[in-house]
Amino acid sequence: MKKTYKIDVDCANCANKMEDAAKKTEGVKDATVNFMTLKMKVEFEEGEDPAAVMEKVRENCRKVESDCEIFF
Amino acid sequence: MTTKQRNNLIRILVTAALLVVLAFVDVDRPVKLILYLVPYLIVGYDILKKAGQGIVNRQPLDENLLMAVATVGALVLAVTHTGDFTEAVAVMLFYQVGEFFQSYAVGKSRQNIGELMDIRPDTANIEDEEGVHQVDPDEVDIGSLIVVRPGEKIPIDGIVEEGKASLDTSALTGESVLRNAVAGDEVISGCIDINGVLKIRTTREFGESTASKILELVEDASSRKSRSENFISRFARIYTPVVVIGAGLLALLPPVIRMAFLGAEPLWGEWLYRALTFLVVSCPCALVISIPLSFFAGIGGASHEGILVKGSNYLEAMAKIRTVVMDKTGTLTRGVFQVRETYPEEGFSEEELLDLAASAEVYSSHPIALALKQARGEGEAKEPEEVEEIAGKGICARLEGRKVWVGNAKLMEMAGAGTESTPEEDKDDKEETRSVGTVVHVAVEDRYAGSILIADELKETARSAVEGIKRAGVSRIVMLTGDAKAPAKAVAKELGIGEVHSELLPGDKVDLVEKMLAEEGEKGCLAFVGDGINDAPVLSRSDIGIAMGALGSEAAIEAADVVLMDDDPEKIALGMRISRKCMRIVKENIWLAIGVKVACLLLCAFGVVGMWAAIFADVGVMVLAVLNAIRTVFVKKAR
Repeated sequence: MKKTYKIDVDCANCANKMEDAAKKTEGVKDATVNFMTLKMKVEFEEGEDPAAVMEKVRENCRKVESDCEIFF
Repeated sequence: MTTKQRNNLIRILVTAALLVVLAFVDVDRPVKLILYLVPYLIVGYDILKKAGQGIVNRQPLDENLLMAVATVGALVLAVTHTGDFTEAVAVMLFYQVGEFFQSYAVGKSRQNIGELMDIRPDTANIEDEEGVHQVDPDEVDIGSLIVVRPGEKIPIDGIVEEGKASLDTSALTGESVLRNAVAGDEVISGCIDINGVLKIRTTREFGESTASKILELVEDASSRKSRSENFISRFARIYTPVVVIGAGLLALLPPVIRMAFLGAEPLWGEWLYRALTFLVVSCPCALVISIPLSFFAGIGGASHEGILVKGSNYLEAMAKIRTVVMDKTGTLTRGVFQVRETYPEEGFSEEELLDLAASAEVYSSHPIALALKQARGEGEAKEPEEVEEIAGKGICARLEGRKVWVGNAKLMEMAGAGTESTPEEDKDDKEETRSVGTVVHVAVEDRYAGSILIADELKETARSAVEGIKRAGVSRIVMLTGDAKAPAKAVAKELGIGEVHSELLPGDKVDLVEKMLAEEGEKGCLAFVGDGINDAPVLSRSDIGIAMGALGSEAAIEAADVVLMDDDPEKIALGMRISRKCMRIVKENIWLAIGVKVACLLLCAFGVVGMWAAIFADVGVMVLAVLNAIRTVFVKKAR
């Protein structure tokens, strides 16, 4: 399952870091962050609950970039 | 400007003012340190905070930490060696100015490029028992009645129920051609209603409507990353650690070598300062921001021209196109058959000839029959009493007691009507205008009545399109068609296309394209251009599949990598020019950013420039790169 989320982040390199962090999150199959449109596209593993996974994604992203936001 | 940006701007201005004031204050170093800490903390507190968080979260090599280390180091050096406190504050200040500018410029271009692609309205007017009221288009169900007034965009695809209007499709196609819509017509979202009130029964949900689909596609396009973008991400990942290690070595090695081997003063302070300067330039921001921004601007600019590029990778590949394979029907020609000429024999008028042919073909739905019927115009068709189809030759019908033969030369032979006076298919190279299309012969009983030329028409821009593609540096242009050899050759000759393959079945096209792909090798790129309706296998097989005239055709949008919204083949060359320009700017930015950084690093390693110049170069190059990236949006239409 794929879902797109709006994000807020200041710099392009931070967006790259968020992408890496999101990809490494458990339950995420693949993720791309688009800095230009400020969107994060997440593909979830089979049978995962998006809301729960996104909670972890946000946590992991905050670790690499403290003032980022993911809206879900 | 967002609140965050405004706050940052205020901090920058306050710090700059304080720095100026402090320049006139002359006190002891410890007091000076405390005084200078005020602007330093004002401008840099968030960076110090983030640096601390970075350590806690084990993300040590982030630019905040590097800035923090560099500026704190500079403060320490100021206390112990130089007494120059301005430097640390100024470096932090410049860094923030750079960040501010980046955020502002990117936000601005995001907005501008977003406007280029703004084809989706935010509201819809729905009509129900309570009258007309404005709602969020997401809430409109299929089958609702919406009202579109002059000047508004159609929010949702549907069928016109009432009213008539001219629609401007330029937001979708890049071409300002007006289309008329009356009751019963299907209309697509994104078109602007120019002059009339339309009541539209929606046939799709908002999210499934054309405008939403297209917008989604363009926005997603920059998620498919190009090779250049991936290169930059990888570069950024190794660049920072390398610079940090370099800084460490610079701080330690030279003093040690001086002490141990040269017997000179170690000059710890001097080398530490150079190492700190290294850290200042360690953020790969300019690169990381400008490359995706260039692609985003390129995709935005292209979509403004009605060229949808489905990914940065395709934009990149388009610049490398060396072979263009084009389908004939629907791409270079209109794909509509029409009667071009009639050549009646003595004793028959033009109308009579058309009437005979059209009446005989009255039950047929073949494109040729349709063209005949259309040319004959209105009026009662004579009902043929008996129709016999002769495979591969034509039709024999009994009309008002007479046997009427309509078909090719072979049929005429069968009817016993000589066709010496008409050009035969082998000879028709001599008469080019005739060979472009299909010749239909007509005979009554055994008497030859004349011939009718039915042809597809070349698109007005087909010729200049081919020229434009050649001028764009494409070395090989190939035309594929399922048509007969003679008309295919004639079209190719007229357009200046050297290579033609005719009489192809859809499967043959795939085989041919695969062969050409193999000939092309790794380096070049092969583009296939088709009308997207029956070319899906070839479109997906080629390096870049370009579908044209795709307005409203979901299958084409699905199958192709690049979609031309209208059916103008000139857009192929325009798309290539946009992609070339984009790639040129991407390369410029890569070299500019890497070049300036490396130059900076070298200069400060040899102590030629200080921290000031380093941060200035860093911020400056980023600003230049961003401005350069924005240029991608503008591509001249004329060649």
